[in-house]
Amino acid sequence: MNRQMPGRGPARPDGHSGARSEAKAEEQRLETAVETDDGRMPPPAVPPSAQSGQLHPELGRTRPLLQRIMTGEALVAVLAIVLSLVAGGLLIALTDERVAAASSYFFARPSDTLGAAWSAASGAYAALFQGSVFNFEGDTFARMVYPLTQTLTVATPLICAGLGVALAFRAGLFNIGAQGQIIIGAMFAAWVGFAWHLPAGLHLLLVILAGVAGGALWGGLVGLLKARTGAHEVILTIMLNYVAIYLVGYLLTTPAFQRPGSTNPISPQLDATALYPRLFGDAFRLHWGFVVAVLATVFVWWLLNRSTVGFELRAVGANPEAARTAGISVTKGYVVVMLMAGALAGLAGVAQVSGTERVLTSGVAASFGFDAITVALLGRSTPWGTFAAGLLFGAFRAGGVTMQTNTGTSIDIVLVVQSLIVLFIAAPPLIRAIFRLPEPGQVRRSRAARKNSPAATGGAA
Amino acid sequence: MKNSLRNLNAVRRSAGLSAVLLGASALVLAGCGAPPAENEPAGTAPAGASDYLGCIVSDAGGFDDRSFNQSSYEGLMKAKEDLGIQTREAESKAETDFVPNLDSMMQAGCDLTLTVGFLLGDATKETAAANPDRHFAIVDYTDPEFTDNVKPIVYDTAQAAFLAGYLAAGTSGTGKVATYGGVQIPTVTIFMDGFADGVKYYNEQNNANVELLGWNKEAQNGTFVGNFDDQGKGKINTRNFINEGADVVMPVAGPVGLGTLDAVIEANNAGKDVKVVWVDADGYETAGKGEEFILTSVMKLMGQAVEDVIRTDLEGKFDNTPYVGTLENGGVALAPFHDQEKNVPDELKSGLETIKADIISGKIKVESEASPK
Repeated sequence: MNRQMPGRGPARPDGHSGARSEAKAEEQRLETAVETDDGRMPPPAVPPSAQSGQLHPELGRTRPLLQRIMTGEALVAVLAIVLSLVAGGLLIALTDERVAAASSYFFARPSDTLGAAWSAASGAYAALFQGSVFNFEGDTFARMVYPLTQTLTVATPLICAGLGVALAFRAGLFNIGAQGQIIIGAMFAAWVGFAWHLPAGLHLLLVILAGVAGGALWGGLVGLLKARTGAHEVILTIMLNYVAIYLVGYLLTTPAFQRPGSTNPISPQLDATALYPRLFGDAFRLHWGFVVAVLATVFVWWLLNRSTVGFELRAVGANPEAARTAGISVTKGYVVVMLMAGALAGLAGVAQVSGTERVLTSGVAASFGFDAITVALLGRSTPWGTFAAGLLFGAFRAGGVTMQTNTGTSIDIVLVVQSLIVLFIAAPPLIRAIFRLPEPGQVRRSRAARKNSPAATGGAA
Repeated sequence: MKNSLRNLNAVRRSAGLSAVLLGASALVLAGCGAPPAENEPAGTAPAGASDYLGCIVSDAGGFDDRSFNQSSYEGLMKAKEDLGIQTREAESKAETDFVPNLDSMMQAGCDLTLTVGFLLGDATKETAAANPDRHFAIVDYTDPEFTDNVKPIVYDTAQAAFLAGYLAAGTSGTGKVATYGGVQIPTVTIFMDGFADGVKYYNEQNNANVELLGWNKEAQNGTFVGNFDDQGKGKINTRNFINEGADVVMPVAGPVGLGTLDAVIEANNAGKDVKVVWVDADGYETAGKGEEFILTSVMKLMGQAVEDVIRTDLEGKFDNTPYVGTLENGGVALAPFHDQEKNVPDELKSGLETIKADIISGKIKVESEASPK
C-alpha cells in the first residue's frame, strides 16, 4: 500500500530516460492511487511489490552512488546469500558425524572439531558448486560443464511453471494450481507421445500443443469458475491439484496407460519422435525445452509490458473494481490469465515427459508446481526475475545431488539449507535489520523520523 | 523498595549467571573426552574391500520408509560393517532425481550400484547400458531388456503370504479375515494374491468357509489407500473391516499399517480380539506399538540378498541371473508368532510346516499375476 509516500510526485526524468519512463512512472502512480481507493477496497491478494516488480522505481536515479549501493536490491541479495551460506554451513557442521565425534574431546584438541567443521561445511559447498556450475574434477571438458547444463535442465520446468504462477499473481490471482496443471499437461502430452505414432517434427509439435492445451484446460477451468461463480481461486486450485494427482494415479492403473504385459503404474516410453532433441548431443541432458522456456519468458515479458491484454491484466490485478469502472472486463481477464498460466504450466509438463523423464508416472511433476510459487515470489513476479529464480532453484536441485553423494550430507539438510537461502533472499527487511542497512527511501531522513514513519517496514515485504 | 528491586535484579542476574555456568560446564564436560591416537591403525578388512565402493539410490520413499528402501539400505550398511567396503548413498526426493542420482554415482566411481523399486527401472537400464564396466542390482524389478551387468533382486512373496493366509483363516474366530493395500502395484498385490490363496486352501482342506474382505483375486480389485503414507485412512479401513466382522487384518501398505495397529489397539481395548499380519519386516521388532497383537509377519529378507550380491561381486563372481527370494532359499518367510504363540494351535503349526514343504517341493503351486517370471 505504501509503495509511494503521499505527496511525492512522479519521477523526475533526468535527461536520458525520456517520455517512456515518465509515462511508466505516471502509470505506477495511478496504479497505486486506485489500489487503495480511500481504504474502501480490500487489498489485492498479492502484495503490490509482487505485482509491480519494482519496489521503488522513482528512487535511485537521483541519489549518490554509494547510497544506491547500500540500499540496493543487489546488496541485499548478496548479503542474504552470504548469511544463509553461513547459517547453512553451521547446520551442516553441527549435523556432521565427524564433527560430533571430534567435539567429544573438544578441550583436549579443539583443532580437530574446528577442522572437521570447516571441512564438512566447505566440502558440502564445494560439492554444491561442483554439481551445479562447474565440475573442477571432471576429466573431460564435457564432464566439467555438465553440471551447468544440468542446472539449466532442472530449471526448465521451474521457469515455465513459475511464469504461469507469476502471470496469475500479476492479475491478482493466487494460483496454487501449477502442480495440477503440470500433471494434466504432462498427461495429455505423454498420451499423444506414446499412443500416436507420427513423423518427426509433427509429433513433437502435437505433443507440445497437447501439453499446453491440457494445462490451459486445467487453469482455464479455475478462471471460468472464479469469473462465473466467484469461487475462490485458492480453494479451486488446491482441489484441482488433488483431482489431477488422483486422476493420473487412476489412469496409470488402466491398461491404456500401462506398458503391454506389465501392471506397474508407469506409462510406455514416449516415441523418439515425440521427444525434445538434445541441445548439445547425447552427453548432456539439456534439451530444446530450455529454449522454449526462454521464448516463454520473452513472451510473458512482452505480454505484460507491451500488450493491451497485459495492461488489462495488471489493471485487474491492481484493483478489479476500478478496472471494471474503466471498462475492462474482469471476468474475461480472470479466464484469460488462468488459461495462459495453465498453458505455461503445461509447458513445464511437456518439458518433463518430452525432455527428461520420457514416461508418465504419478510423480512426474515432482514438487515443481509448489516450487514454482516460491520461484515466482522470489522473482518478484517479473518474467526475468522468475527466470533468474528458476535458474537459482535449478542450481540448488542439481547441486544437491552431488552434495548428497560426495559429502554424505543428508538430502534433508540440503533442502533445509536451500530453504534458508530462499527465506533470507525473500525477506530483505530481515537482512537490513541484521546488517543495519538503511531502508530504501529513508536515507536522508533522521533516525527519529524513521522511527515514527509507519512506512519503515512496509513496501519491501 | 529500591533495595528490594536491586536485590531482585541481583537474584535474576545470579540466576542467569548460574544458568550460563551450568550450560558452560555441561559443554566442558561434554568436550572432555580423550582424543584418539593421531594415527589410527588400519582395520582388518579383507584385501581389496576398502577400495570397493557399494552405492545405493532410493526411490521417493527414502531410506526410512520401514519398507524395501530401508531393508535394502540396512543390507548395504551390514555389508559395509561385515566386509569393510566403502559406501555412497543418494535419497531421491522425486522421480526427477533418479537419473541425476545415478549419474552422480557413476561419477563417484561406484563398483556396484543398488537401485530400489520399479520406478528406477528405466533409469537403471539406461545407466547400465551406458556404463558396461559397472555392476548394478535392482530390487523388486526385472526387465528382459537389462544388459548383463544388472542383477534383478525379486521376491515370490506370494509363497509366504500363502502361509499367512492359511494361518489367518485357521486362527480367525469370526470366520472373516481382511487385507488392503497401499497402491495397486504388483509388489503389493502379490501379497494379497498369496493371502487369498492361503485362505482358499484352508477352506478346501478343512471344509471351512472363511471369508476374505478387501481383495478379490479373480477380479484383481479390492481396497487400496492410494498412497503409502495416509495412516488415518489405514485406521478407517481397518475399523470398517472390524465392524464387518473381520478379526485378522493384513495391511500391505508400509507405514500405513501403523494406522491398522491403532484401530486394532482401540478395538481390543473395547473387548474385541483382533490380530494383525504385518508385512516386509518382522513387525514385532519394527512396528513400535501393538506388538502383542501381531500374529505374524510376511517377511521379504532383502538385507541378506543385498549383502550376498555385494559379497559375490567382491569375490569377482557377479552374474546377472535374477535373485528370486522364495521359501526355499529363505528370501521370503513367515516370522515367529512371538506373543501370539499361545493362540496358534499345534495342529495349525504342523499344517503350516507341511504346506511350506509342499510349496518348496512344488506340490502346491502358488500363482500370482504379479509373481516374478
